[in-house]
Amino acid sequence: MIAAILIILSITAFIGLVLGYASIKLKTDGDPIIDRIDKILPQTQCGQCGYPGCKPYATAIANGEADINQCPPGGDDGVHKLADLLGVEYKPLNAEHGETKPKSIAIIDESTCIGCTLCIQACPVDAIIGAAKQMHTIVEKECTGCELCLPPCPVDCIEMVEIPETTDNWKWKYPIHPIKQQH
Amino acid sequence: MELTDKIFKFFGGIKPNGHKSISTMNPIKRLPIPKKLIIPVRQHVGKVPNIKVSVGERVLKGQILAEPVANISAATHSSSSGTVIAIESNKIPHPSGLPDLCITIETDGKDEWIKNDKIDRSRLSSEALYEVMKFSGIVGLGGATFPTHIKLNSNKIKTLIVNAAECEPYITCDDMAMQEKTKEFIEGIQITMDILKIPHAIIGIEDNKPKAIEKLKISLSGSKNISIKVVPTIYPSGDEKRLIYLMLGLKISKEKRPVDFGIQVFNVATLISLGRFFYHSEPVISRIVTVTGALKRPNNYEALIGTPIQELIKDAGGSPNQDIIMGGPMMGFKLPHTDVSVTKAMNCLLAMTDDMKSKDTFEMPCIRCTKCVEVCPAQLQPQELYWHAKSKQFEKLTEDYKLFDCIECGCCSYVCPSNIPLVQYYRYAKSEIRDQLKSSEVADIARERNEFRLYRIEREKKERAERNAQRRAQTSDIDKKKLIEEKKAAIAEAMKRIEEKEK
Amino acid sequence: MAIIDSPAIKERSTVSIVMFTVILALLPSLFLQIGFFGYQILGNLFIGIGFALFLEAICLRLRNYPIRPFVLDGSAFVAAWLLIVSVPANIPIWTLLIGIFFSIVVAKHAYGGIGSNPFNPAMIGYAVLLISFPKIMTNWPVSEGFEVNNFIQFFEFFSFLNTNEVYDAVVSATPLDQIKTLLFLGEEVNILPISFSTLAPYQMIALLYFLGGLFLVYKKVITWHLPLSLILSIYFFSSLLYFYDQSTYMSPMFHLLNGATFLAAFFIITDPVSSPTTLKGKVIFGILIGLITVIIRNYGGYPDGIAFAVIFMNICVPLIEKFTQPKVFGYE
Repeated sequence: MIAAILIILSITAFIGLVLGYASIKLKTDGDPIIDRIDKILPQTQCGQCGYPGCKPYATAIANGEADINQCPPGGDDGVHKLADLLGVEYKPLNAEHGETKPKSIAIIDESTCIGCTLCIQACPVDAIIGAAKQMHTIVEKECTGCELCLPPCPVDCIEMVEIPETTDNWKWKYPIHPIKQQH
Repeated sequence: MELTDKIFKFFGGIKPNGHKSISTMNPIKRLPIPKKLIIPVRQHVGKVPNIKVSVGERVLKGQILAEPVANISAATHSSSSGTVIAIESNKIPHPSGLPDLCITIETDGKDEWIKNDKIDRSRLSSEALYEVMKFSGIVGLGGATFPTHIKLNSNKIKTLIVNAAECEPYITCDDMAMQEKTKEFIEGIQITMDILKIPHAIIGIEDNKPKAIEKLKISLSGSKNISIKVVPTIYPSGDEKRLIYLMLGLKISKEKRPVDFGIQVFNVATLISLGRFFYHSEPVISRIVTVTGALKRPNNYEALIGTPIQELIKDAGGSPNQDIIMGGPMMGFKLPHTDVSVTKAMNCLLAMTDDMKSKDTFEMPCIRCTKCVEVCPAQLQPQELYWHAKSKQFEKLTEDYKLFDCIECGCCSYVCPSNIPLVQYYRYAKSEIRDQLKSSEVADIARERNEFRLYRIEREKKERAERNAQRRAQTSDIDKKKLIEEKKAAIAEAMKRIEEKEK
Repeated sequence: MAIIDSPAIKERSTVSIVMFTVILALLPSLFLQIGFFGYQILGNLFIGIGFALFLEAICLRLRNYPIRPFVLDGSAFVAAWLLIVSVPANIPIWTLLIGIFFSIVVAKHAYGGIGSNPFNPAMIGYAVLLISFPKIMTNWPVSEGFEVNNFIQFFEFFSFLNTNEVYDAVVSATPLDQIKTLLFLGEEVNILPISFSTLAPYQMIALLYFLGGLFLVYKKVITWHLPLSLILSIYFFSSLLYFYDQSTYMSPMFHLLNGATFLAAFFIITDPVSSPTTLKGKVIFGILIGLITVIIRNYGGYPDGIAFAVIFMNICVPLIEKFTQPKVFGYE
């Protein structure tokens, strides 16, 4: 009986030592978790999550201050990926932070623009070209659709336009699965 | 690359019924010039070319309508003489049914050619030739529509393989072209070999085209550097990489290109167009279309680009509201609208027969019978691709299971006993993966810009603080007093001026 | 709306056609079995398969799947048939029904239905019965020879339900059982090496399974890899033991013709859902099943080890597949 206990204890101690050694010697020097979370986030920099940008939100998630379901532009897909990465359970998107909208870009009505530069200062990716008292225009390619330029504009000349589906960005759809529909 | 007489056999493939004889009974037909030509501006893989004409302008046959832009792009020409009546979004033959920019020309019936200078090959360097070829409008007329001048821009090609396989059932346009335009075809091959200094050419042709083989053998009896290899009729021997393997025993994966091995593959129609371009300076303004299937008079037509397809279908004895597939029954797609016009990619219009209309689109569960593995010409594991695509787990597909080596030939779906639309799943998965790659590239750029912006704001703040600190440090106490007194004096003067003004 | 029309032409093949071909291949052995042992097997088949289809319909209903296409695809039919021919023909009907329940409901539908079952349903049913009712499962009917009468009596076969009508059943253990018992008792085994002239009824039936299996290979329903690797593996490993000690171990031909070797080789391990998809994987699968079967037959506690060998290897299938993925065209 004593012999059995001693054997089990020594095996446990041995395995513990091996694991401890491995955790120190074989530690992976991979990306810090914040960078990996940031890689999943869509980089819209819209602030809908409650943080001023995607990197601060990633930091908050890593510190446990924020939940993973606060990013509407990332959509359900993004929440799933974050859940997989962090090993937590998936939660549906928190509606308090907004809902997922189709991708759109901002466009300035040039006849109304007064050249106040307030939108230029607001854009998180510097996608607006212009200067004081000069025409402002949005570089389509760089616009992330974050909508941060809409509130500051004093004459409300910016509107969001959905990106239309053309033969360039058309995608094949998921084949429908008739077998269950049939029932 | 050593040339042997041996014909290799690729793994997999299927042998469906060819249905070729129904459309090869009569010679190629030419219809009268249609009243309207609706020519899509972009009919190739790559960027939209620059439109060079405007509404109301009169154009001649063969006149360039749109010039290629840098990188992958090709030209578009007018197929007949007439007036441009519209440049607007119109229906095009595309599986999505989405419209695209088209130039509509009202023909004047005169069919007047533009005067093009003859190309004197002896006096042009290869760079100059390349520039000239850019404006030929020649793209891969087998259906891939990749701009041909880019494929010809290499001096490392040692073997030219002519894709005369035409492996898909029902399609016979290349077969008829080889029978009726044998001389032009061989001229096309010879001139291509001449320009690029390619020493050998092999014509790969399936054994279900005896008449064409006969004619080619006779015409090439004296030729030393063009040979013919007849391969057994297996679908898809006409796929570029499968054909290279059949001819030369060389296996090329998706990661490499044939040109890296000194090989280039061209379709029959593309070579005929190259011949016409170099000998007669004619750009691509027409193509041979097989109109076949559930029609009264299936036939091949030499149609002008931009011809409304309803004219062809009507002449072939079909009805206007039939379901039409563009392409063959294996790789073609059902046209969402049939009021579209002939484009460079349209090699066949197939009126759907009853057995093509799927009565039971039941997708039963996969029973892992691996019939799909037995027929996949790319030696993939279609069932693994299916499970990952279906459950939307895209991570392993590209690297581990090589999804992008799939040529979407349809052999797997053809044999699946559970009726699973395998090719649709792969197309969906490829779309999603490409989209994800694009999104992550865009996201990376956005992240960089955002980081730079934060850095810039920090930098500006620092610079401002430094400037202020410098200014403050520079002026000593005495100077400060002096500054203050000067400022007071300036203010007093300004006040006086205002008072005087008010008086 | 997805555009599900590419390709537009399809080869005429369905799961039902595959299953029907398998049933065709099983018929000759059934014929011989009725001839030697009477029509009771038909009664088992009737009730057993009927019950299997009934259970399948209930399970499909509970899972909200349409019933018709799945029941008609023949997979439950074949699974039940294989289970019924694996058990003695004279087992009580309630035992058989328990086995079928485990095959269809537990091994198949509880794991997700056709295409998702990791284990071979027939073998799970057989294993459950063998472990739970060992005595019933090892009492096989003995034949007096081929009786044409058995076919004429076919029309009275409903009367088997009436247990008063005594069916003169003489039961005994299969040759494998006999050997196991003898070895257990420490006695020497003196059984003549098998030659075709001394074939007993069960061995003739096994040969017909072999021929039926060849038919399936010819019809391209199965590939030759699985059957050949199992047969060669059993032959090889039993030869090793045979040449080591001829008095204790049986000859390779004995191992091939007795037990369910040929039935397993062509019909049981070739169940597509629970066997590997890669060709190399199939060969490994067959070889290992053969090895485990020979070990269980000679050293294990059960007379025929095929069922357990199959179930054990079914667990290893994902691992086998992972390491035997073939190279894609162009990546050598």
